[in-house]
Amino acid sequence: MDFSHLIVIAVSSIFINNFVLGRFLGICPFIGVSKKLDSALGMGMAVIFVMTLASTVTFLIQTYVLVPFELEYLRTIAFILVIASLVQFIEMFMKKNMPSLYQSLGVFLPLITTNCAVLGVAILNIDDIALIGQHFNFIESVWNGFTAGIGFTIALLLMAGIRERLELADVPESLKGTPITFISASLIAVAFLGFSGMSIM
Amino acid sequence: MDTTQIITAFLSVGLIGAVLGAVLAYASKVFHVEVDPKVEKIGEILPQANCGACAYAGCADYADAVVSKGADITLCSPGGQEVIDQIAEILGTNAEAGKAMVAYCACNGTKENAKDRFEYYGPESCSSAVFISGGHKACDYGCLGFGECVEACSFGAMYMDDNGLPVVIDEKCVGCGACVRACPKDVMKMMPKDSKVYIACNSKAKGKEVSDACKVGCIGCKICAMPKTTPSGAIKMEGDLPVINFDIADNLVAAKFKCPKDCFEDKGDAEKTTEEIAKEKADFKAVEAEKTAAAKKAALEKAAAAKAAKEAEA
Repeated sequence: MDFSHLIVIAVSSIFINNFVLGRFLGICPFIGVSKKLDSALGMGMAVIFVMTLASTVTFLIQTYVLVPFELEYLRTIAFILVIASLVQFIEMFMKKNMPSLYQSLGVFLPLITTNCAVLGVAILNIDDIALIGQHFNFIESVWNGFTAGIGFTIALLLMAGIRERLELADVPESLKGTPITFISASLIAVAFLGFSGMSIM
Repeated sequence: MDTTQIITAFLSVGLIGAVLGAVLAYASKVFHVEVDPKVEKIGEILPQANCGACAYAGCADYADAVVSKGADITLCSPGGQEVIDQIAEILGTNAEAGKAMVAYCACNGTKENAKDRFEYYGPESCSSAVFISGGHKACDYGCLGFGECVEACSFGAMYMDDNGLPVVIDEKCVGCGACVRACPKDVMKMMPKDSKVYIACNSKAKGKEVSDACKVGCIGCKICAMPKTTPSGAIKMEGDLPVINFDIADNLVAAKFKCPKDCFEDKGDAEKTTEEIAKEKADFKAVEAEKTAAAKKAALEKAAAAKAAKEAEA
């Protein structure tokens, strides 16, 4: 395995193809849970956790169930089923056996079980051949899920920091609240678009 | 279209679903955790939109925060008044069965009464203004007048009057304390709904400082806290600021009229005319003067009698 692939994947999924600001996936939690920095951080941690986990299981499901039985066309529905049940299971397990971890990120888990960003990372792990010129192997898939989660967390934290300041800013009456939030989000997205000019291979 | 393909698809997805469902059903029994029934009840009332408007991670998280961390019950904007009332009912049965409280503003520093230290041009919010050397008011403890408490009130029970001070409408105030938490200066305080007299000053500074900054600030003269003025002991000095113990406060009329700075506010006054209040005060002063005169006379007579007795002895 080529180590440079991992670096390329990391830079790509954190900055260039940031899930929120580049691919526009997972907008709901991005707007919903970015009011306070600490809940944004909690949500980010949960997303990193779920994305890593989802990448792991879906790669295994794809390789050992869907491909051998020629069921690739059932990929989306199978992935949703597996990810949702797995996250639910982990949540119940954590609630019983790791209450402190459940407290810090467990509450965010139900919000993202079937989030499009999570499903997106699972599908892209299998579809994305342009990035490193070949299909991702198992480790690259898991790594892609982990770094995509980090990219999501960065976007969420940026937004939360800006929104905490927006609370006090002198915003025109008609733009107060959600409108100014959307405008700020679009400006961050424009800024992140600048990364797409980077050549990393 | 090959029928076997349909059957395979149906069976494989059905199988995966059935297996995962069985595992989850079993897991929910094995990993079952007892939850506070109040959390569940509140969770049922909330809209379940998981919108995050309350700044918690979802409805379940907010329900938990309300019960265990004492979060504000007024944060659910999609649920509106109805949800707030229902939550209050669930919590109220055993949490707040005590006295009905209302908020009041412990400051009378209107634009006219209280001086400014400097002109402030920043964002129009108390929490911003307070960052710049504690705010533009010359008094370190007074109301900054941007109405952050009014914004915090979800019941429409407050408004800013023309003098730049918040006013609480007692009939609408439910005593949730949102304004108390919102105020960066701790000017908003709570008092029982049935009490009338309160102290409209929050300044813990020394007398000279206070009178330099504000016309109606408490200078800490301690007259109201004297046993002669308030025999029940309901007013105690905490440093240079008197504090009313509302539990034993009965008649604070003497304290109210004796205060040299008129720091005491009486809600009963709202129904009376200015003349009536002035007359009340004059009557009180007259009775006081009579009492003092009588006391003086008695003292003089006593002294005279003692003198006479001494002379007689000699």
